[in-house]
Amino acid sequence: MAQQPTVKEVLFNPVFNNNPIALQILGICSALAVTSNLKTALVMAIALTLVTAFSNLFISLIRAQIPGSIRMIVQMVIIASLVIVVDQLLRAYAFSLAKQLSVFVGLIITNCIVMGRAEAFAMQNPPLLSFWDGIGNGLGYSTMLVALGVIRELFGAGKLLGVEILPLIKDGGWYLPNGLLLLPPSAFFLIGLFIWGLRTWKKNQVEPASFRMAPQVNEREAY
Amino acid sequence: MSSNKESTSRTLLVALTVSLVAAVFVAGAAVSLKPVQVENRLLDKQRSILSIAGLGDELSSAQVKDLFNSRIKARVVDLATGDYAEGFDPVSFDPLKAARDPKTSKALSGDQDKALIKRREQYTTVYMVEQDGKIASLILPIRGYGLWSTLHGFLALKADLNTVVGLGFYQHAETPGLGGEVDNPKWKALWPGKTLFDDAGKPIIKVVKGGVDPASPDAGHQVDALAGATLTSNGVDKLLQFWLGEQGFGPYLAKLRQQGV
Repeated sequence: MAQQPTVKEVLFNPVFNNNPIALQILGICSALAVTSNLKTALVMAIALTLVTAFSNLFISLIRAQIPGSIRMIVQMVIIASLVIVVDQLLRAYAFSLAKQLSVFVGLIITNCIVMGRAEAFAMQNPPLLSFWDGIGNGLGYSTMLVALGVIRELFGAGKLLGVEILPLIKDGGWYLPNGLLLLPPSAFFLIGLFIWGLRTWKKNQVEPASFRMAPQVNEREAY
Repeated sequence: MSSNKESTSRTLLVALTVSLVAAVFVAGAAVSLKPVQVENRLLDKQRSILSIAGLGDELSSAQVKDLFNSRIKARVVDLATGDYAEGFDPVSFDPLKAARDPKTSKALSGDQDKALIKRREQYTTVYMVEQDGKIASLILPIRGYGLWSTLHGFLALKADLNTVVGLGFYQHAETPGLGGEVDNPKWKALWPGKTLFDDAGKPIIKVVKGGVDPASPDAGHQVDALAGATLTSNGVDKLLQFWLGEQGFGPYLAKLRQQGV
């Protein structure tokens, strides 16, 4: 078995070195959907972090007991139960937010980050370390979501958490908001730019090209 | 150990235990949080009624309770005769539950059921804002099928029982960004001031595609449809036809007109 990672490693590596969204390209769907304002992005980030952490903890606790043939379905049962509880909590204590997040809380069940960490980490590592790994990956996801939420709400609506930062022209200010930022595709572009930035900063994240074009031998080939 | 762990009986045992524990966990959370959630839903409905009646937006929970209790009066109406029904507590009476129960609802035939709700309750709750003992505005519950879901909302009328004060939906599951735009304040702002009935008392309000020509004589009872959401727009149109017609609040509104508000 490989050397066990330290708590510090599992906690902070996923933030920049092994970001679930930017490097593993997981959990994109919800990152597009809930980041049009910072508030929903924050709630979603907290919800996912908690679910990943506790699903990792519980799965790791019983990992020696789970038969290989049904391990995926056991993981799903645990994750699904946690997500339902989070959804119920939101409905009880943050009703209007729960309405805005609508299906996306439920869809944490199918978020690849949760399942990925359960299968890749919690099945092989002790409970506490797995718990921190869940928190760490949640942090990685949160960093990305919060960054997207800040950019999209600030430049798309001139606000942060609903508080006006850039006064809009229609209310007598000077800022003309970029409506594209409020639509899901903008998050796609932003994530792309983040990945570009991150890989320029940390060169080791650049993947080797999986396909190389053959050189052009004869200029006539172009015709 | 490992062969033992993979045995069939062991697999079944683990599956059973995990399911049981998870079931107890989920059921426990659902049951213990239910009272808070029910209250939230009630508060959300009241907030929506206040907002549609034009009494205030973005109110805090305490403000909603206060304003609702002091300004809004709820009464139960017999939809078939249009009379107020006595013997119901309008606070605890649940028209949606009544609509599901065959004893307290009637099945709608295909051509009656414009709003695609299948069953209509015999009694429903209407809300009113009163001023000096008279109705200042009347708030009617409406619902009907859009594209994916039943839209639940309210329609608020002025005392002339013809002019719209506001329309809004508090619960639906239409496509976000398309049909979901029924929640868009800009679209909802198109409704106030529109008239619902012609001189003969027939509903003529219409959701039209392609924009309303402000110069047209019909502009007063036409509302621009939602872009990219034909079926949701049609649903809103149809549900208004239904609830303002004979099968809906028609008899009740006729009685009110007769008696004077």
